[in-house]
Amino acid sequence: MKAVIIIPAFNESQVIFKVLESLPKKLDGITTVEVVVVDDGSSDQTANEAIKTKVNVIRHLLNRGLGAAIKTGFSWAKEHNADVVVTFDADGQHDPEDIPKLIRPIILKKADVVIGSRFLNKQAIPFDRFLLNWFANFATFVLYGASSTDSQSGLRAFSKKAVNLIDFKADRMEFSSEILLEAKKNNLRLIEVPIKAIYTSYSRTKGQKNVNAFPVFMRFLVKLLR
Amino acid sequence: MLTTIQILLLAFILFAISRVFLRVKEKVLSTQTGFFWIVIWLAALVGVILPGTTTQLASYFGVGRGVDVIVYISLALLFYLVFRIYVMIEDLRHEITFLIRQLALQNSSHSSVKNRRKTSKK
Repeated sequence: MKAVIIIPAFNESQVIFKVLESLPKKLDGITTVEVVVVDDGSSDQTANEAIKTKVNVIRHLLNRGLGAAIKTGFSWAKEHNADVVVTFDADGQHDPEDIPKLIRPIILKKADVVIGSRFLNKQAIPFDRFLLNWFANFATFVLYGASSTDSQSGLRAFSKKAVNLIDFKADRMEFSSEILLEAKKNNLRLIEVPIKAIYTSYSRTKGQKNVNAFPVFMRFLVKLLR
Repeated sequence: MLTTIQILLLAFILFAISRVFLRVKEKVLSTQTGFFWIVIWLAALVGVILPGTTTQLASYFGVGRGVDVIVYISLALLFYLVFRIYVMIEDLRHEITFLIRQLALQNSSHSSVKNRRKTSKK
C-alpha cells in the first residue's frame, strides 16, 4: 500500500522545513510513504525550503487557494497510484503522530474518508476559533446537509476510492464543506477521529482569518443558488 | 420639440449603439449578445423620443408613472446582469485554476523525468 501525504503551503517558509522533517517516514501497514508539497504560488522561499527535505514539490504559478492546492495534490496522488491520501497543514498546526490514527480505518477498509476532528476530545481551543468552527459546522449542515464536528479540519485521510470519486469545485476555503457533501453524495463511509490541535501564535496569524468567514459563507450561498 | 435631457440621452444612446455595432464587427461580442444590447438601447431610444410610451407601459403594468416602470425594469435587469457577471467571473477563476494545476503537474512530471535521467547517468 502506498500513502501520499499532501501538504498545501502558501508562504510558510518559516515553518515548512520543520513540519516536513517531523512527518513519519514509515507507517504501519504502508509500504511507501510519499510526501508532496503543493506550493500555492508562494512569494517567499516555501518551495526552496521544502526541496531541502527531498520531498516532491509542485508549484502553482499563481495563488489559487487551499481547495485548489488540495485538488492538485489529489491529481498528483492519482497519477502516482496512491492507496491512501492524507492532507496535512503546513503551518505546524497538526501533530504528525495523529497520522497513523487517521489512516488505520482506511487500511482496515472501515472507512473511505477520515476527518481529524479538533473538537471530539476536550482541549484548549481559542474561543473565537471555537465559535467560527461551530458556525461553519452549522452552515455546512444547513446548506449541505452534512454534519461534522469539525467541517473545516485540515487533517484528513482518504481512500483511493474517495480520491477517485470526490470532485470538489471550490478553490478556496469552501471546499472543506464541499468535500463532506461529495462524500455524502457518493455514499462514502465517513468517520471522525479526535486529533490534537496545536495553536501557536504563528499558526494563529497564518491560518484562516476570522473576517474571512463572511466571504466564504457568501460564496457558499452563491454556489447553492447558481 | 426635444428637451435638453432628451438630446443628451439621445446622443448617448446613439453612441452606445455604435459601440455595440463596432464590438460585434470586431467579434468581441457575439451576434446574439449584440442583438440583446441593440434591443435594450432601442427600447431606451423609444422611451426617450416618445415619453408617452413609458406611461402607456406603466398603466399596462399597473404602475403609476412611466419613469417608475423604467426604473423597476432597469433595476431588475441590472441585478440579473451583475449576477451573470459574478457567475462568469467564478467560471473564469476555475478555468485559471485548471490551467495552473495542469502546468504544475506537467512541470512536476518533467522534473521527475529529469531526476530519473540524472540518477540513471550516475
